[in-house]
Amino acid sequence: MSTAAAAGDAGRPKSRTGDGGPERAGRGAGPGGAGRRAGGRRRGGTGLALAAWVAGIVFFLPLAWMALTSFHSEQDAATNPPSFGASLTLDGYREFFGTGGGASPWPALTNSAVASVTSTLLVLLLALPAAYALSIRRVRKWTDVLFFFLSTKMLPAVAGLLPVYLFAKNAGLLDNIWLLVVLYTSMNLPIAVWMMQSFLAEVPVAVVEAARVDGARLPTILARVVAPIALPGIAATALICFIFSWNELLFARVLTGVVAETAPVFLTGFITSQGLFLAKVAAASLVVSLPVLAAGFAAQDKLVQGLSLGAVK
Amino acid sequence: MTATTAAPVAAPAVRAGRPPSARLRAWATRAPLMPALVFMIVVTQLPFVATVVISFFDWNALYPKARRFTGLDNYHQVLTDADLRHSVWTTVLLTVAVVLASLVLGLGLALLLDRRFRGRGVVRTLLIAPFLVVPVAAALLWKHILYNPEYGLFNGLLHYVGGPQPDWISRTPLLAVEASLVWQWTPFMMLILLAGLQSRDHEQLEAARVDGASDWQVFRYLTLPHLRRYLELGALLGSIYIVQNFDAVFTLTSGGLGTANLPYTVYQSFYQAHENGLASAAGVLVVIGSIVIATLALRVVSSLFREEVSRA
Repeated sequence: MSTAAAAGDAGRPKSRTGDGGPERAGRGAGPGGAGRRAGGRRRGGTGLALAAWVAGIVFFLPLAWMALTSFHSEQDAATNPPSFGASLTLDGYREFFGTGGGASPWPALTNSAVASVTSTLLVLLLALPAAYALSIRRVRKWTDVLFFFLSTKMLPAVAGLLPVYLFAKNAGLLDNIWLLVVLYTSMNLPIAVWMMQSFLAEVPVAVVEAARVDGARLPTILARVVAPIALPGIAATALICFIFSWNELLFARVLTGVVAETAPVFLTGFITSQGLFLAKVAAASLVVSLPVLAAGFAAQDKLVQGLSLGAVK
Repeated sequence: MTATTAAPVAAPAVRAGRPPSARLRAWATRAPLMPALVFMIVVTQLPFVATVVISFFDWNALYPKARRFTGLDNYHQVLTDADLRHSVWTTVLLTVAVVLASLVLGLGLALLLDRRFRGRGVVRTLLIAPFLVVPVAAALLWKHILYNPEYGLFNGLLHYVGGPQPDWISRTPLLAVEASLVWQWTPFMMLILLAGLQSRDHEQLEAARVDGASDWQVFRYLTLPHLRRYLELGALLGSIYIVQNFDAVFTLTSGGLGTANLPYTVYQSFYQAHENGLASAAGVLVVIGSIVIATLALRVVSSLFREEVSRA
């Protein structure tokens, strides 16, 4: 069982985990008699557990099939009916990584890594002091400021696309990964400020005040006092920002070309491809998704919090 | 909307008549906030202002010398353009269908997962996975590996039972896009609703059961009212993300077969037709449309937020 689900269980009242007790007695008060009702409930419970398992497998099936396809040869991948038991090979991955003569995905993967990691660091650098001012110092109109940040997230990105494109063209910034870094920073900053202010609300104000009285300056307070306490929250924020930057397609597609192309843009090269290439597409999709899958599984609960902008804990 | 929320921020926070030292202190308190705030205003608000300005010009990027002010002509053209009106309708249809379907499925899954059973953590992990696939990769997976009429998994499985071999994307293009998005967004709804279910008052639930309430009565009169705000939040956040969807439409159908939604149309009108003025007018209309959703979303988020602040 994953740690996230285990934490969810731990939060429940004990009475729920013990079987029997007032709960069962209460349920069994119907005309059927306590014993029969309890038995029926247990059978129903098994049925529901089975339903949950079936649902989980159905939702996971496309991914599992993609993973299996990525290890098939192109001939075995393109059969109807599907060849479930075909022999496994790494050819799809070899083909994707360009040893077969195609374009290498490494520059695109590197660009994506640079854009996601750098913008995430920038976001944290800007969001931590902002959240400190909003959450610990409670500047005037702090809720208004918070909602301003949130409202920018609701502005469709496509509405700002053209001016950004024209600006980049005139400034000679087209096909430059640093332009994406700035844009991804602005895309994720509202989420980060929201998440961080809710995490920093848990930092005891007295500790911060004590450091201030001792004459500590803001960078020291943030680095030595606030950051260590809020570290889990900062890590969760970083994960969300990383995932969103890694996934982004629209801006990357419009603003980059050959040099600064990111991994999602590289994948769009497969959209109209013809011929035998299923195993290669499957391998490519999996490799590009791998960092997000890893990050997401590592922080399942933080994912909800980030996506709901901190509204759901 | 952004203008109205920005206004109170920009208003002078320090009243005249206070001693300069107090003003200085207020600014010192505010200073850590300023880099983030200024950055956001410059990077997100300025381009939008530029979009509004450009939308009043007749401006084709291929004929830059012919640029001229045309007032509301672009808006008139956009609003009377049949393709664009169709893409507005497509956007509404796509968003409503995907949000509703993934909410209902997500609620069912959340209820199933809100019980203890063997391997609950594993099932939860399996269910979250679709949401963690890079959107372009997910769209490619559906387009080539599942929908492909000759060797896709769907027709492969249908082959076993002797079923028909439809060409999914050309036969039901919008439904094909919707299905792939529902697959990705159901886990999101499930996660939010599961968080809602787990925040229920368990003493109240048990009291209801002791009083003889049936499962359905507990769901209808306790769980559902409690979940209401979580359902609203899921619906509104889902709408915000799906209204803006570009990846699935771009990858699965390239906007063809009547699936072009507004973001794709805006992208196309400036990327392929080079009509800067028209693209901007369409962009402004997208913003006006999303302000309606966003205002509702902000209200829901702020009600959850207020409750949290008052609890703290």
